[in-house]
Amino acid sequence: MGHSGPVSAFSDPEALADALRATGYLPDAGISTAAYLASALGRPLFLEGEAGVGKTSLATALAEIRGSELIRLQCYEGIDAAQALYDWDFPRQVLHLRAVEAVSGSASSAAADLAAVEAELYSERFLISRPILAALRTPGAVLLIDEIDRADDEFEAFLLEVLSEFAVTIPELGRIVAETPPLVVLTSNRTREVHDALKRRCLYHWVEHPSLEREVAILRSRLPEITASLARQVAQAVGRLREVDLLKPPGVSESLDWARALLALGRDSLDPEIAAITLGSVLKYKEDTDRVRATGLEAILAS
Amino acid sequence: MRSDASLHGDTVRDGTEILIGFARTLAAAGLRVGPERTATFLSAVDALHASDSREVYWAGRVTMAAEPDDLPVYDAVFAAYFSGRTRLPRRPAARTLTSVAMVMPATDDAPSQGGDEDSGETPPVRAKASAQETLRQRDLARLTAEERAQLVAMLALLRPGLPTRRSRRPTPSSTGPLDRRRTIRAMLASGGEPGRPAHHRAGRRARRVVLLIDVSGSMAPYADALLRFAHVLVRHRPVSTEVFTIGTRLSRVTRALAQRDPDVALADAAEVIPDFSGGTRLGEVLKAFNDRWGQRGTAHGAVVVVFSDGWERGSVELLAEQTARLRRLARSVVWVNPHKGREGYLPVQSGIVAALPNVDHFVAGHSLAALEEMLEVIRDA
Repeated sequence: MGHSGPVSAFSDPEALADALRATGYLPDAGISTAAYLASALGRPLFLEGEAGVGKTSLATALAEIRGSELIRLQCYEGIDAAQALYDWDFPRQVLHLRAVEAVSGSASSAAADLAAVEAELYSERFLISRPILAALRTPGAVLLIDEIDRADDEFEAFLLEVLSEFAVTIPELGRIVAETPPLVVLTSNRTREVHDALKRRCLYHWVEHPSLEREVAILRSRLPEITASLARQVAQAVGRLREVDLLKPPGVSESLDWARALLALGRDSLDPEIAAITLGSVLKYKEDTDRVRATGLEAILAS
Repeated sequence: MRSDASLHGDTVRDGTEILIGFARTLAAAGLRVGPERTATFLSAVDALHASDSREVYWAGRVTMAAEPDDLPVYDAVFAAYFSGRTRLPRRPAARTLTSVAMVMPATDDAPSQGGDEDSGETPPVRAKASAQETLRQRDLARLTAEERAQLVAMLALLRPGLPTRRSRRPTPSSTGPLDRRRTIRAMLASGGEPGRPAHHRAGRRARRVVLLIDVSGSMAPYADALLRFAHVLVRHRPVSTEVFTIGTRLSRVTRALAQRDPDVALADAAEVIPDFSGGTRLGEVLKAFNDRWGQRGTAHGAVVVVFSDGWERGSVELLAEQTARLRRLARSVVWVNPHKGREGYLPVQSGIVAALPNVDHFVAGHSLAALEEMLEVIRDA
């Protein structure tokens, strides 16, 4: 496709998967193919899935294997171009104006210099790069646009513009084009629908909770001190919890938290008693805790 | 690797038609696959040098599926298409995508249309009219012809305050964050002398309001007044108001209601509505709305107001699913049930029970006063 980003160095998804594994992120076939295609085709990667399935950590791992910076843009309601793209450093502009005035001394010459002073005020010196502009200017960067579903839909239209051209126009400076387009990862927790136009521009991947085997592997690779049997017990119990109809089914980050809590307490096996004490690290709603207690922890822990 | 390049090229050329056929089959099964996604799919297959079906599977999935609901359909189509089976799975109601005003097939269990809507319902409690009670408090369903004429005049005088949203364009203001650009410009104009700092505030723009009015048999007594109410809103904010009627099918009446004269507007609207006083298939009609309008942007960031008593003939699960979807699309969902204004009303109808968890505000709308209160709810929604 003519794109020669650093990741295109990987010849196929399997090579990318190996590199991801080396960073401690364990991808499945879908994730590695999607990530490979995103860099091969130069398209943004749109990740959806339950909270805590590892959408953000994929972006972190991708930045790590590219050996580049992860530039993160956290979306929120009311976010606009000044927070996402660029802004002018107002205090320094004023200081500069005063300095110019002090040096030139008299007001008469100021009129002649007006155009020059104005051009200087809106120059690179006073430009503050926000995440998107920074990503366009950093070769090989990974841009993570986190929780796009929180931003307003007007912001999506704006993003679509930037993501299809990988260029922005600053009225005072002109057009800035990315030499090598950044690898863009968008995540959404699906609290609302994102416009189809934006999704069409992206490669879409729905991130599932990992399989039992993969979750055990994740636990063991992230927490080297965990025993194989405890990792399996935790992964199995979390897997069962996901099948109960909960308000917030636990994600991978919750199983990691749970395993860490058990390790901190010096346990090497999971029994109902210790599970009851540490349940707060997996379930984050009182309703969920009540429901699981009512069903009985033994059923969740039975192997 | 280079040696088999020509061979590889041949396979791709032959394969292209098959792949495009696959993309078309997905579109026929209800996925939103157009030329753009198809092209992306082809370049993805190319980039993967896809040789086995698993690679084609992933190339297609990341380029042509767009939401989790698409995945089971995708899997089924993939399995069927590449195994050479002829009968392809169809998404249950994909046909509603093709046309908005499509007749929903009448169910067998539905007896004659019309009066049967009220059969399961207790007869309306006759309100005790006291001397102080004004027309504003009267139930819209029980007005005399004279009162109705009076109400029409009162409706025309309604000055609704409608919801707004933040605009991306700030407007000058005497307080608020510094307007750097204007301040600097003023300073430059005075040769760098700092003057009064200028401020700005986020501007406000009209937030879209979408009205979905149930015109089925059980809602018929309210339909006329509600459509007149909708007419007032459309006239007040022509660009940011959309009105649909729901019953056994979905009809868009915004254009008809945009005319100045309320009587002409209502007559024209009535012509667009083929299912006046028919049955109710809320779930299917809401799905048609979500598919055809809501998802495409009509419901995005909008306040969606559903006027319905929640009598559902179709599947309650579908209604629950579609109201959940509507809520994800919209800024907020207001459910207006005229029967809520009645004494002793309990939201026990299966439709209401299914929809309520996905509704932000549940209000009455049986009288002019109730409608005015409802407008306040919409404004703050």
